[in-house]
Amino acid sequence: MKIYDCIVIGGGVVGTAVLDRLARYDIATLLLEKDDDVSVGATRANSGIVHAGYDCKPGTLKAKFNVRGNQLMWPLVEELDVPHLKCGSLVVADESGRDGIDELYNKGVANGVDVEVFDGVKTHEFEPNLSDSIKWSLYAKEAGIVSPYQLCIALADRACLNGAEIRLEEEVVALAQDGALWTVTTNGGEYKAKTVVNCAGAFGADVNDMAGAEHYDTTFRKGEYYVLDNTERQNIQTVIFPLPTSAGKGILVAPTADGNVIYGPTSSLCDEGDVAVTLDGLADIRKNVAKTYRNPVVRKCIRTYAGVRTIIGDDFVIGKSKVVPNFVMAIGICSPGLSSAPAIAEYVEGLVCEGKTQKENCVTTMPRVNRLSEVDGDTLNALIKEDEAWGRIVCRCEKVSEAEIVRAIHSPLPAKTVDAVKRRVRAGMGRCQGGFCATRVMEILSRELDLPITEIRKGRSGSNIALYSVKEVPND
Amino acid sequence: MTKRYDVVVIGGGPAGMAAALSAFEKGAKVLIVERDVRLGGILNQCIHNGFGLHYIGEELTGPEYADRFVKLVESKHIDVMLESMVLRLTADRKVEILCPQGYVTVEAGAVVLAMGCRERTAGAIAVPGTRPAGVYTAGMAQKLCNMKGYLVGKKVVILGSGDIGLIMARRMTLEGAEVELVLELMPYSSGLKRNIVQCLNDYDIPIKYAHTITRLVGSPRLTGLYYAPVDENRNPILEQEQYVECDTLLLSVGLIPENDLLNGLDVEMSPITSGAVVDQNRMTSLEGVFSCGNVLHVHDLVDNVSREAEIAGASAADYAMGALKSGDTISVKAVDGVRYALPQRIAKGNEGKVDVYFRVGDVYKGKRIVVEVDGKEVYSRKTLILAPGEMEKITLTRADITGDVTVRLV
Repeated sequence: MKIYDCIVIGGGVVGTAVLDRLARYDIATLLLEKDDDVSVGATRANSGIVHAGYDCKPGTLKAKFNVRGNQLMWPLVEELDVPHLKCGSLVVADESGRDGIDELYNKGVANGVDVEVFDGVKTHEFEPNLSDSIKWSLYAKEAGIVSPYQLCIALADRACLNGAEIRLEEEVVALAQDGALWTVTTNGGEYKAKTVVNCAGAFGADVNDMAGAEHYDTTFRKGEYYVLDNTERQNIQTVIFPLPTSAGKGILVAPTADGNVIYGPTSSLCDEGDVAVTLDGLADIRKNVAKTYRNPVVRKCIRTYAGVRTIIGDDFVIGKSKVVPNFVMAIGICSPGLSSAPAIAEYVEGLVCEGKTQKENCVTTMPRVNRLSEVDGDTLNALIKEDEAWGRIVCRCEKVSEAEIVRAIHSPLPAKTVDAVKRRVRAGMGRCQGGFCATRVMEILSRELDLPITEIRKGRSGSNIALYSVKEVPND
Repeated sequence: MTKRYDVVVIGGGPAGMAAALSAFEKGAKVLIVERDVRLGGILNQCIHNGFGLHYIGEELTGPEYADRFVKLVESKHIDVMLESMVLRLTADRKVEILCPQGYVTVEAGAVVLAMGCRERTAGAIAVPGTRPAGVYTAGMAQKLCNMKGYLVGKKVVILGSGDIGLIMARRMTLEGAEVELVLELMPYSSGLKRNIVQCLNDYDIPIKYAHTITRLVGSPRLTGLYYAPVDENRNPILEQEQYVECDTLLLSVGLIPENDLLNGLDVEMSPITSGAVVDQNRMTSLEGVFSCGNVLHVHDLVDNVSREAEIAGASAADYAMGALKSGDTISVKAVDGVRYALPQRIAKGNEGKVDVYFRVGDVYKGKRIVVEVDGKEVYSRKTLILAPGEMEKITLTRADITGDVTVRLV
């Protein structure tokens, strides 16, 4: 049986960032993900913000990894060709919030973050659609936005190109250590590894328990969001937060790296995996957005979603287990987890790869891919000459060609479901929400993967879109 | 070399084909740009009957109705580009088209917009609960069922009583699915009366008015949903929440003209119809750009689409060939229960008649439709019942239209 040097459990942005780092070494690595794709837990349903790091309590792991993660993030997304924008962030406050802004400023300085206090005039110049009551703000120019799922997928793709293995739909059910070797049992098989890294997100504490490592109690907090049509994007320049409270960073108004605008998140205690959007949550968003933003346009909503934060105590849990050897934890990664992920990976690399040598000729900069929505006419004609699928629009809202969908289906970590295609190329993510293109995407998946239409899934196992065949009809 | 046409029609559905034919009859050189692999548009998936009673005088299925026009288009010297999508339209009427043969630009003397509409989604109305497989627009389920041969599920709830939803209630039933319930937020249907009768009543499918969904349940596939009556502000009364088991939810909660192509162009739009503001020739505020069919305003019957498109196509041909005179216009306003009236502008002139189409905003019984010109009544008609789902038409004599027109219910 193959012995892996390291098995990473969990294919969220932390797990894939770790795998991406490890894959550059001359070691055998494997990532196990229980779901049908990477990025489908907290990674796909958050704000997509790269925080500057001013609001973490100085001295915490959150502060350390956020600030370092921010530094690593901007070159990383360039290397990986992931949609992003370093648009800065504003924490805005009314007249009574001056003290709160100062407090944040001081924390920012203590954390080594470049922050600046704006008065009302400068704040409104910067972001003209804020509420009139806004009189102060804290500006952080290092903050910005990324597509969190595309980041995670790109990390996974690069790790695969560098020789790492990823097994999807393999849920870890047991962990046993015999001498220097771990046996990791999943629903699909048994794997041996010298080191295990726990990046299991919502299941981090469960994996710890299976391994006999430190026990942690976990709480979960749901965050709900509205996604607005991309025509709203022009009205907002930066990430707009209210003053944070003990419950979190508050309900923000932010552009997304894909060109939409989001309102959210709420913060309410929930059970693990409860990503249902609620009437109360949506009402809470509408009420709170109006406090900071002059013209909330919920009627431009194209989608709502909810994600779950996994919370262990007040800080991240990152480091080697003190109870069991060769077991590394990166769990309890709630906000600012996305921002911290590159730094967490860097740190875990140090723990796992000490004394190991890096491979030669690793892929570092991912090959640039063409996107129909971005290329000019001449390039497009050249592409169509090579492959006429570039001339076939599948997703009309987001302008995605058949060629891009086929590419996603055959990417290093292949897209096998309609949602997996959507996350990679945005087909179905626009205002018609797949009403027109989902059937086309299903047909392309069916053709490329040689699967009947009734086996084409939205996402995870059991999410088949069309359940029955009515009658045999010829395809177009 | 860039090709030039007198009239470029964007969209090859019922509106596009009728517009192209009428432009051709006027002697114009015409191109139809259609994104699908065949002409006909959404009619191709509407395999039920009821099309053409008014315009053709026969009761046809959607594909049959489309086929009448396809055959006519094919018999004329009308160019057709299939699998072709217009990515950009400029103010000087350059039409940039993506197709498997390349990315090409065509110059147009006049442009007819005939892109149709899209369905409002579960996301757009923020349906609470999980986001599982099994939640589709009625049109997507219709396409899968009628064109691809797949049934999306077997235990169905339908939200909204738009015509496609009603048609799909019957269609799913005929294919062996159980349609448990239709829920409609409003106290009335937005669909045609005949569809309520023929698609729901005839199959004993219950419809609950003034009800909405409060929560979807199930993951990864829908397993059921909660629904409740709504109060006068359309907020759900949660104390009266009920549960129904289902594996499928179809949405028929509104159609939206698909005018994305006009983003960035200086075209006056109507916030009520979500289509362009047009004159009696169906010309938009952008010279030489015409609009017709469901991209202009959502129609009740395809017959009305065809009629409107004929006007747009013929006018576009006239414009391209310099025969369309533009002059002062008067405005048409909709008030007192009339949600919108179209055209919104009418050029001053003495000859002939002009048809004004309108929809009401609620169900009205025993009202009189009144048209006033500068405050003076020029038209009046008593009605038994008016409903938002049905389009109304009034014919005005041009000579009467000496000033601004107001359409109201009294």
